[in-house]
Amino acid sequence: MSAASRLQRFGLRGIALFYLTALLVVPVGIIFWKTFEDGIGPPLEAITSPEGLHAFWLTILCVGIAVPLNTIFGVLTALVLVRHKFRGKAVINSLIDLPFAVSPVVIGLALILIWGQDGWFGGFLEDAGFQVIYAVPGMILATIFVSLPFVVREVMPVLQEIGTDQEQAAETLGASPRQTFWKVTLPAIRWGVAYGVVLATARALGEFGAVSVVSGKIGGQTETLPIFVENEYTNFNLAGAYAAAIVLAILALAVLFSMNMLQRRARKSEDSGDDGDETPVTTGVFVPHPIEKEA
Amino acid sequence: MAIEVKDVTKRFGDFVALDDVSINVPDGGLTALLGPSGSGKSTLLRVIAGLEEPDEGQVLISGEDSTETRVQDRNVGFVFQHYAAFKHMTVFNNIAFGLKIRGEGNGEIKERVRQLIELVHLKGFENRFPNQLSGGQRQRMALARALAVEPRVLLLDEPFGALDAKVRQELRTWLRRLHDEVHVTTIFVTHDQEEAMEVAEQIIVMNDGRIEQSGGPRDLYEHPASEFVMSFVGPAHRLGTEWVRPHDVEIRHEPNGQTIEALVDRIVHLGFEVRVELTLQDGDHFSVQLTRDQVDELELKEGQIVFVRPRQTKTFASA
Repeated sequence: MSAASRLQRFGLRGIALFYLTALLVVPVGIIFWKTFEDGIGPPLEAITSPEGLHAFWLTILCVGIAVPLNTIFGVLTALVLVRHKFRGKAVINSLIDLPFAVSPVVIGLALILIWGQDGWFGGFLEDAGFQVIYAVPGMILATIFVSLPFVVREVMPVLQEIGTDQEQAAETLGASPRQTFWKVTLPAIRWGVAYGVVLATARALGEFGAVSVVSGKIGGQTETLPIFVENEYTNFNLAGAYAAAIVLAILALAVLFSMNMLQRRARKSEDSGDDGDETPVTTGVFVPHPIEKEA
Repeated sequence: MAIEVKDVTKRFGDFVALDDVSINVPDGGLTALLGPSGSGKSTLLRVIAGLEEPDEGQVLISGEDSTETRVQDRNVGFVFQHYAAFKHMTVFNNIAFGLKIRGEGNGEIKERVRQLIELVHLKGFENRFPNQLSGGQRQRMALARALAVEPRVLLLDEPFGALDAKVRQELRTWLRRLHDEVHVTTIFVTHDQEEAMEVAEQIIVMNDGRIEQSGGPRDLYEHPASEFVMSFVGPAHRLGTEWVRPHDVEIRHEPNGQTIEALVDRIVHLGFEVRVELTLQDGDHFSVQLTRDQVDELELKEGQIVFVRPRQTKTFASA
């Protein structure tokens, strides 16, 4: 290899690494360093305070409701969009991306317009003693909204790729639509679903804008971890802010790590010729056909 | 009759895939649906399976009107061109799928799958996944899977279409032998006339969503009912209004009043058989099939002028 092309190669690597370090690694690293600057005491205290613990569990609750709902809805929507033909399909298809396109703050405000005290439904719900905005239900709604597209978007291409042959084969073998879904379709799209769940979880965990608008930011009541971080920070309790930020970062890293593992497994099954066509055998020992011997 | 299709019409939008089609398939037979792509043969197979709903007409399986019967209740075995293997299941579980759906006992499933694996020569592959098999092996697995539920009819949609020539040839022979062992009424779709003639007892030729002709391989070859069948089943050339098979042509060095003059363009040696490519006076290209000995005897050379006479021709009412 010539010196010039080696230089080019290392130059490219250098730029990529520098970019990642300066913009991703340094800020996240600094949080770790800042948190433990004065020992483990202050951050531990902040995170185990009633408010801190409450924020942690509230975050888990929001994610725990939003992600499963979006998973079920996502798989169903993907099936409808890929397998069915109907008028207005294109519109629905682009509506799915709305949460990507609209700023979270706008989403929060829109929720207030509907569910707030003066909103369409909020008024009589509140008269009935059920508060949505500035309470947990509103925060869950906001989380659902922002994490909605992920499962749909991950499952749709997988469904398109596997086609309908396997499902039809199952039907001819006597399987009902329900059996076909559980035994054939779902296993075939499992990596897409898993990947979508991971992405939705990561998004739901970190959501600040929309949730914060509808939360009212009441300490110990309507604070998720990201809101808790901001509140601690604005109250000059840096140790608490950093500690909570670390917990968030660890949760997110765990999610990202599991995504990486999933990608690897999914790629592995693709590499071994999972596309089902004329691809030659790439794994296993080659054994000649018995009939080749006969011939 | 194992399968009767009566006056079936199927449209996809403006496209008429099947135009008032009726066929009869005898019990225990091996029938080929032969036609070019777009002729409706796959659609007809899918209508029989229940994977497509006909717009008009009836499908009778074993004498029962099955037109309204759902796919899963028709008890037909279907084999797809691209195998449609359940990729997340082992060979064993693929073959056992239908039996498990029917709630058979574990012992029976094991025994039945063992027999089928032997039948399709996949012994030792039980725990492999489809992506660890070759195309031919996948297709044999798919066949075993379809046979597992003891279907009333077996439907194969271009089963060898995705395989290379050698494996194709082997599987044809093998399918013929398998059918002699299993005797299940079988229909297979193909666009390859040689495949149809080699494997099937009865061939149904389709074109443009209609049935052109049906009959035994020899019958179709010797008594084609239309120009389409003449040209699609076996090679054929048109000389004016007459059709002739390339082996039904005599080549001589002298004219005898009934002959046409032709120029020898090329002599292609294909082993025992030799193809002599000719150009007629009017510029038409035309080839004649001779044996090696005949070519030697005639001392044919490229660039020669010869005289040809069809021994046997067919004419059809204008199509």
